[in-house]
Amino acid sequence: MNTPSLTSVGLGKSFGSFVAVQGLDLKVEGAKCVGFLGPNGAGKTTTLKMFADMIFPSRGEAFINGISVRKDRKHALSHAGVLIESPEIYPSLSPTEALEMVAEIRGVPRGEQPRRIRSVLDEVKMLDWAHQKVGRFSKGMKQRIQIAAALVHDPEVLILDEPSTGLDPRGMAEVRAIVREQRKHGRLIFMSSHILSEVTDVCDEVALIDRGKLLFYDTLANVTARFSTGNAQVDAVFVRPLDPAQVTGTIAHLPGVKAVELLDPKRVRLGVPPGALEQAQVLEALVALRLGLVSFKESTGALEDVYMQQIARGD
Amino acid sequence: MAAPGVPAPTALGGLPSDEHQAFRLMRFQLRDYLRSRRFLLMIALTLAIAAIVTLVVAHFRGGLVSSPAAFYGSLWGGGVGVLIVFAGIIYGGDAIAGEFQNKTGYFLMGLPLKRGTIYQGKFLAAYLASVTAVVLYLAILLLNGIYYFGMNAFPWQLAASLLLALLYLGALLGTTFLFSSLFKTSAYAILVVAVLFLFGFSIAQVLVEDLVKIEPWFLLSYASPVIGNIFSNPYPSHISSGFGVTTYTATIPEAILIMIVYFALTTLAGYALFTREQFT
Ligand SMILES: Nc1ncnc2c1ncn2[C@@H]1O[C@H](COP(=O)(O)OP(=O)(O)O)[C@@H](O)[C@H]1O
Ligand SMILES: [Mg+2]
Repeated sequence: MNTPSLTSVGLGKSFGSFVAVQGLDLKVEGAKCVGFLGPNGAGKTTTLKMFADMIFPSRGEAFINGISVRKDRKHALSHAGVLIESPEIYPSLSPTEALEMVAEIRGVPRGEQPRRIRSVLDEVKMLDWAHQKVGRFSKGMKQRIQIAAALVHDPEVLILDEPSTGLDPRGMAEVRAIVREQRKHGRLIFMSSHILSEVTDVCDEVALIDRGKLLFYDTLANVTARFSTGNAQVDAVFVRPLDPAQVTGTIAHLPGVKAVELLDPKRVRLGVPPGALEQAQVLEALVALRLGLVSFKESTGALEDVYMQQIARGD
Repeated sequence: MAAPGVPAPTALGGLPSDEHQAFRLMRFQLRDYLRSRRFLLMIALTLAIAAIVTLVVAHFRGGLVSSPAAFYGSLWGGGVGVLIVFAGIIYGGDAIAGEFQNKTGYFLMGLPLKRGTIYQGKFLAAYLASVTAVVLYLAILLLNGIYYFGMNAFPWQLAASLLLALLYLGALLGTTFLFSSLFKTSAYAILVVAVLFLFGFSIAQVLVEDLVKIEPWFLLSYASPVIGNIFSNPYPSHISSGFGVTTYTATIPEAILIMIVYFALTTLAGYALFTREQFT
């Protein structure tokens, strides 16, 4: 059993004279979730479609588990579950029939099919709809069936293109929970998203793409550390509005606090050392001030800044 | 990270061969066809044609029931050709284009299938769905035949003619699949295929025969009358003239060859187009 991997070598795609993706060299490997982050139009879908052999690269090559998808799509895709661009199932089929079709084509043994299909329908919370016609389902239900279809054969690699986009807030939360759950099964998940918080919420690592170019690929922790001048950022929320003098005076001078910014009267953002021990000291010191601290958690603000900075750089 | 103790996944089972996959895809596509409105439409068309034929025979009798060969030659030969054209339009017209327009192709493309396997599976499904209409029509004609001629009056040509009709169906679906592969919008694909088969071929044939005055051996519509002609004894002469017009009739080997070549060439071309098609 090899380590699941997705690799691209000099991968590029042009539509006419427009370059949608260029020189993409990426290797993601192992059981983890990698967020493929970038604003709308960055080239995420284009890249994922090349990994699924839906469109053909203008340059370079894409591999799943070391198998070239262009040269052998059948074997390359046998290792992967794919969900790109809200596909549709033949409308007269039920989820169970659609998943049977997938299982049959993928060669899941007949004896295991019923158990496998029930299990994935359960994972996406669609067991109650197992025998209704897919054609009448809402967008969110269809999306969950599509995720189930990508999971039927217990794939090593899961390729998801903005799986929560276009759903209502509850649908988005449900889909995120499903994806997060998938990390437990030892799969490599490669999920695109234009929403930073989704990536920080669900993934371990992030690959940032903008204007068709890969800007960086690293773990979330490293990215935050790398771009935030060595400090972590923590947002502290209080029950009462703070006195600004207290912020610049007392809080700024607590041991371990490197920087303070008043976000609104009840919230401050603190620059603190990246270590957990140091952060615990800051927390204890803040509590001791008896200012009515209600929440203290690492902010994604740093990453947000990185995201905005990196993307703005191209302008 | 993988939780400790959870084994890394391995793809379940072995990948089926291309042929098995095509067959399995065909089964589910066929299931969708049989539940669809287009299936009801096709059944309705078949019943309508069969009803007209039944009434016409019952009313006029005469030459139509002079012999089993005359009966099947005109009624089976005439009706099934029309039926096959409708089946081609209804099942084949948007077979490929619809995969793009309805986005079902995006679902299939995520599966470990060669593109050619998708084409094959869809072709087989359209073929079998069309065969149900042909069989239904044949059954109704046989009931008529039994009514007029009794239980023991099935001319040997009937079996041969059925095979020719199935070959014609293959050639016609091959052609509709080729046109379907040229479009990504179902309506265009259906429109073009319908115009081509309902008018295009016949107009071209008239033009070729009357104006250019050559044998239209390159038209599928020139081959299909063999389905009825095979009942004639003697077989109609290859070239006949009258009133200054020369009419050609495809011989049996010629018709078979035309249909095989149509099937082969259009399937190769459609296949080549589809395997190069991008799901943008
Ligand atoms: N078929 C196409 N023809 C022309 N341009 C395209 C096509 N598909 C995508 N593009 C362009 O390529 C860029 C990247 O698109 P896409 O990969 O869909 O971005 P993302 O998924 O990151 O939002 C966009 O500018 C888009 O307009
Ligand atoms: Mg996209």
